[in-house]
Formats: sequence, structure tokens, C-alpha cells
Amino acid sequence: MKLITHNMLTSKCLKGVLTGYPLAINATDVKVNEVDFNPDFIARIIPKLDWEVLWRAADSLGHSEGLPQVVESNYEANQEFLKTAHKVLLEVEVEEGYLTCPESGRQFPITKGIPNMLLTEAEVQ
Amino acid sequence: METPYQNHIDKADFDFVYEPAEDSFLLIDALEKDLEYLQLRKPTFCLEVGSGSGVVITALGMALPKALCFSTDINLKACNMTKSTAIRNNVLLDSINMDLATGFVHHKFDVVIFNPPYVVTETNECGGCGIEASWAGGVKGREITDRLLHMIPKILTPNGTFYLLLIEDNIPLEVVQIMSTYNYKSETVITRKVRNEQQLVLKFYR
Repeated sequence: MKLITHNMLTSKCLKGVLTGYPLAINATDVKVNEVDFNPDFIARIIPKLDWEVLWRAADSLGHSEGLPQVVESNYEANQEFLKTAHKVLLEVEVEEGYLTCPESGRQFPITKGIPNMLLTEAEVQ
Repeated sequence: METPYQNHIDKADFDFVYEPAEDSFLLIDALEKDLEYLQLRKPTFCLEVGSGSGVVITALGMALPKALCFSTDINLKACNMTKSTAIRNNVLLDSINMDLATGFVHHKFDVVIFNPPYVVTETNECGGCGIEASWAGGVKGREITDRLLHMIPKILTPNGTFYLLLIEDNIPLEVVQIMSTYNYKSETVITRKVRNEQQLVLKFYR
């Protein structure tokens, strides 16, 4: 699971959960896979993110080094920033661990890089 | 559009995951036919719901190298296969074991594609997590499709496009009517008769 994906996942379909966002990450295996750097693409992704959630997720995995807590206004032109964002968004992969709903504490396992977001019928809103 | 390599797949895994068939390739052909439209819209995030082997979303990812792909499937074996198909073909993709698109925050995806379980069956035959989930569609073959239809306005970005494969038995006109209540326009992108099955791909946009 890439951190871009974590930025989009919610447990709000759990019964009684209002936003279910962001999910906490507990990782037992994190990999960094090399991905071709495309600055335009990263610049296009940035405004679609919840940056604070990304930063906290990266920080919880020990990968926030060099990543600013707030996106500066002229980020499209800052190659160094885009490279750091690229790594955190696309190269850092949670292989094993689990996600935790911030409201209910329900855990969602991540196995071989794939989060299991399936719910039982009794858990659904 | 190029057909993704599938030679990494162990044929025995198709006992558990839907093997690409005419419907999969019709959906790829529909996306190819609409590629210019898609390129003009510069999609950032593309999602295939129920990706199975992953050939369709991988083909789309190969054709749109500036997009990031996501896939969901209720069947974990399908999630694993989709991921390996994307990797084999150098497509950037994340795979999530999820029911339809129930676990995503709203309005993220520019393109959503779905080749649903469309075979008309008894209601109690659909709703599983194994290979039967790839074809058993319940009443009118629409029980799973209709659940996704009501999520589409929340999943898509305001300019997003949804591609849906159906057969005539699914009564496509009713699907068009449901989507029009959410202010979506529709078009038939492509149709093909396969044995006794009339397959088509519809496109929905605002």
C-alpha cells in the first residue's frame, strides 16, 4: 500500500462511524521501491491530497525527513520538494501491518501490500 | 491500446479468479475507442472496481502513463493477481481488497471502470467472495451493478467518467435512467454479440 492510497481510504462505512479518517498505520514491513520520477505528475497530485494526513502517515513510518508539514505556495517549481513528495507518495510501500479506524478501533490488515477493507454484514451502516 | 502480458499468471489461479474473456476485451476496446477523450481530460486517478485478473486496468494504465491506477476486488486472490499483472506490465497501481468502492473518501477518481457480475441468477447466488462473485449478478444480473451506480456520484470527480459493461438482459435503459436521476449523460461506446449474449459498454459523464 502506497501512502497516496492511504490518503484516500476511510472506514466510514462501519456502523456508527462518522468520518473514519484518517486511518492510523501500524507497519511491520515497509519497503521503498524505486519509481520513475515525473515532476509534472507529482505536481498534479499535490492539490488532490490531504497533505496533513500524508505528512502524519509518512512521519509514523519514519519517512517524513525533508517533507514540509505545510505545502509552500510555489511548490510546482521546487524540484527537491517534488522529489521528496514523489518518494513518500509512490515509493514507500507498507507491505505488512494494519490500519486502524480512528473512531471504532477496528483494524484492517495489510498483507503482501494489499489492505483488507472488507467488512462483515453486521459491521456495515 | 496494447494487450497486457499475462504470461506471469499461473493458469491454475483461474480456478479462483475470472479469466479474461470476450467481455474483458470489449471493455478494453471501448476504452481504446474513447482514448482521445480520456487523454484530453488528463485523468490523474483511475479506478477499476472488481478488477479480477487486472488486464483491463493495466491496459488503461499502459495507455495513460500519466495516470495512477487503483483496483478493488472482493476476492483477495484477484487483488493479488491484479497487482502482479500491473507489475509485469510496468503500470503503477495499488490494489485494495474492498467491496466495490465503499472504503474511499469522496470525489477522488477521474475514471471509474466496472465489468460487473452480470449473469442473471437467483439473489442468493450473488454476494460471495470467490470466483462466483465474478459472474453471479442476481435479479436482472444487476444487484451488484445497482449498488455501485448509487456510489458513482460520490466516487467520481465532478468531471469524471464512468465506463460500465452490461448485457441486454441487464436492461441497460433502466441503468441509463437511474444515472440520469444523478444528472449523468450516457452514451453507448461499443456493442458486440458474443454467442447468444449481446454485450455493450456504456459511458456516463456530466
